[in-house]
Amino acid sequence: MPAFRILPRSGGLAALALVVLLLPLFLTNNYYYEVVILVGLNAIVCVGLNLLIGYAGQISLGHAGFFGLGAYGSAILTARYGWPPVGAMVATTLGVAALAYLIGRPILRLRGHYLAMATLGMGIIISIVVTTEDRYTGGPDGMAVPALTAFGLKLAGEHLWYWVVGGALLVAVWLALNLVDSPHGRALRALHGSEVGAEVAGIDSARHKVRVFVISAVYASIAGSLAAHYSGFITPSKVTFFHSIELVTMVVFGGMASTFGGVIGAAVLTTLPQALTVFKEYEMVVFGAVMMLTMIFMPKGLVPTIAAYFASRRGAGKSPEDSAGKGPGPVSP
Amino acid sequence: MSAQFLQFLLAGLTVGAIYALVALGFSIIYNASHVINFAQGEFVMIGGMTTVSFTAIGWPLPLAIAVAVLAAALVGLALEKFAVEPARGASVVTLIIITIGASILLRGLATIVWDKNIHAVAAFSGEAPIRFGGATLVPQSLWVMGITLVIVLLLTWFFGRTLIGKALLATSHNRLAAQLVGISVRKVLLASFGLSAALGAVAGILVAPITFTSWDVGVMLGLKGFAAAILGGLGSGAGAVLGGLLLGLIEAMGAGYVSSAYKDVIAFVIILAVLFFMPSGLLGKRSTDRV
Repeated sequence: MPAFRILPRSGGLAALALVVLLLPLFLTNNYYYEVVILVGLNAIVCVGLNLLIGYAGQISLGHAGFFGLGAYGSAILTARYGWPPVGAMVATTLGVAALAYLIGRPILRLRGHYLAMATLGMGIIISIVVTTEDRYTGGPDGMAVPALTAFGLKLAGEHLWYWVVGGALLVAVWLALNLVDSPHGRALRALHGSEVGAEVAGIDSARHKVRVFVISAVYASIAGSLAAHYSGFITPSKVTFFHSIELVTMVVFGGMASTFGGVIGAAVLTTLPQALTVFKEYEMVVFGAVMMLTMIFMPKGLVPTIAAYFASRRGAGKSPEDSAGKGPGPVSP
Repeated sequence: MSAQFLQFLLAGLTVGAIYALVALGFSIIYNASHVINFAQGEFVMIGGMTTVSFTAIGWPLPLAIAVAVLAAALVGLALEKFAVEPARGASVVTLIIITIGASILLRGLATIVWDKNIHAVAAFSGEAPIRFGGATLVPQSLWVMGITLVIVLLLTWFFGRTLIGKALLATSHNRLAAQLVGISVRKVLLASFGLSAALGAVAGILVAPITFTSWDVGVMLGLKGFAAAILGGLGSGAGAVLGGLLLGLIEAMGAGYVSSAYKDVIAFVIILAVLFFMPSGLLGKRSTDRV
């Protein structure tokens, strides 16, 4: 194992840290803070999901389920059983990791559309259970969640939450970048290219796939726990199939196999509906059209396409196709 | 056989027939293009809603149905022409996102062209329930099952006997080889989307008198159709029909004997269990991995 690097691909992470640091200068009211916090929470899920979809090439249409389990786990343990929030979050995360492991073992044997179906089914099962078991979850009406307290401090207010979510995002991105550069990350890219090829080269593809599935579930679960405490109220709407689709769309839109692509995708697609409210009844039409056009004209997603454009302009002797990563193990910073 | 069981059986077969039609749409497009069209449910919605519109202005039902099927087919052709065709060569996930974008767009258009209300369609031949071995059956159920049967027979004939049907099959087996023997793969792709959209519309029109129709009716039906297509084995016509009927029966029995709140959970757990033992569905081709 190579040593854990403090700043792998340091440019990107430093830039992101700078954005997190400077953004508050432009956030003139609480509503902007709310939107940005939402972006950060979605971005955490997307960075994890991108490890699974972008690097390992395994689709999941059910990650809102893990997000929801994180949210409801924290909510139920704190509100119904009086657990301290941090303890509840740790226990929930461990529980979700165990569940993801148990589900991942059989499910990840499936491929392509069959895997899409299986993860979709998993997400829908979680969503229905959350909606139906109203004794614990409050059913479709949702439930209130106590504020996040840690070490005697109560976390409240948009400003404080901004720094918590911003810090969590930076840690999430840093860990993901390290993971991508680790032997595990290389194994994932290899099995993305060809599973048989990777196995011939001695990679235990089942173990690596399950591991990245668990990691991405943990990312989603932690984001879910944070989201529940932040908003103080949760409903099953964030556990639905639509939210799973939204999350996958953010990843693909921003750029698969690009950690920062996940962040950008989350930023664009979280703020877009807020901006589109000016279109009133045309909101859905415009949103659908933007999704379609982006994917038709930039099938690799925003960040890799733009990176390839600049790479080709610099004339580094590389065609855009090369740098956008067509072969096995596409990576862009 | 108890009357109760018979009742659940009939309910399951009715809704299963609808799922089968939607699943056939998924399979036909998948065969021709290897695209999973997540806008398939929207064809179901367009079929039902267009029928509502034209019957409301006094057109006779058969004419309204014909126009609705045609309208959905045109939307299907447009989807292929303007969204799938330009993105040829994109990855599977990218294509999935494009069709999901299309489904959102179509649902948005539906709320503008029509509204966000729930609409009823009159049953094709009255509402008087038929008593049958202790169970009751609405006449519309017979229409659903009968027309589905006719369509399955027509499709069998279409793929087995007609030139365009055979061209579709050939393309699904080997696209390059099909091109080499002079099949216009582009036309085949267009035809597959048109045909799938028409099938979806028929499903939407058939089911509308039983479950009503609205702008978002396609979401759940689309998902169930996809689940049915996977359960039966993606790309297999017989698998789609079998998967649809099984899914309908599992739901009806689950709702009747276990819990109606958990009928979808039961259905998905069974699908996951089937996939665990048969990773390519019930009748799907075993996939082989080439390096």
